[in-house]
Amino acid sequence: MLAERRGLTEPRPTRGTAQVFHLSFLADPLSVRAALCATRARFARQMSEDEAGTLELVLAEVLNNIVEHGYGADETGTITLSMVRDRCSMICSVSDDGVELPARCLDHLWDGAPSRPAPEDLPEGGFGWFLIRDLAEDLGYHREGGRNLLAFRLPLQAFSSDETEADSDHP
Amino acid sequence: MNLTAKLRSDTLIIRVEEDRLDAAVAIRFKDRMREETAPASARVVLDLSRVVFLDSSGLGAVVAVMKSLAPDRRLELAGLTPNVEKVFRLTRMDTVFPIHANADAALAEGLRDAG
Repeated sequence: MLAERRGLTEPRPTRGTAQVFHLSFLADPLSVRAALCATRARFARQMSEDEAGTLELVLAEVLNNIVEHGYGADETGTITLSMVRDRCSMICSVSDDGVELPARCLDHLWDGAPSRPAPEDLPEGGFGWFLIRDLAEDLGYHREGGRNLLAFRLPLQAFSSDETEADSDHP
Repeated sequence: MNLTAKLRSDTLIIRVEEDRLDAAVAIRFKDRMREETAPASARVVLDLSRVVFLDSSGLGAVVAVMKSLAPDRRLELAGLTPNVEKVFRLTRMDTVFPIHANADAALAEGLRDAG
């Protein structure tokens, strides 16, 4: 509640003025963990606990995938994360210089719903991309000049949701 | 990776003494669980009440532990915090583990079944 009220007193982010949260870090598990904690702290007051948990989960899956598959065990590299909170979503872009993302990771863009590993098979992997596809929206991927760019949007409850009357004039 | 284990009658309760069960600790978690589950017990309950963040690597590690205990023992879970519960629910893996509200509830259920 406090956070939502606080949102009211801050200037409403509008196109061109939204602040970009920028973070560059080493592609290893502990650096990813630190980046997730920093991101959570940065946006804690702008979303609910549940939304913050979902955001952290999607980001963790994207970032850990880069650590494990983008760079591999013997390679070091950096990951750059950029985030913007707009009125009803968090827009995230993640870039790295690792290997190209296999096309099958984004198959759902053409095939429809993401496939969930079958619980009865007791899978130990394959959940990461399922969670990303299930929770993120407008997922897009671009590779240029040896650099990967993955961008997505996570829908959030609109700013100052308990004051919707005040907002209804500004769709 | 800190775990604490206690044996209550025939139930081994292992508590994860970490805030996060993620890619950074998943392998160590599996190794430590192998050590802690070495003593014989009828049941193994994994108490996750301290864990506030679980990712797919952590989930995979929990599944691996479950498989390592089969077929003699089944891994049960207790004390899932909201964000941890969400990962089990989204992946439907909540359908393959017995899940208790907390460690005490898990113990009480065992007593009830025995009685």
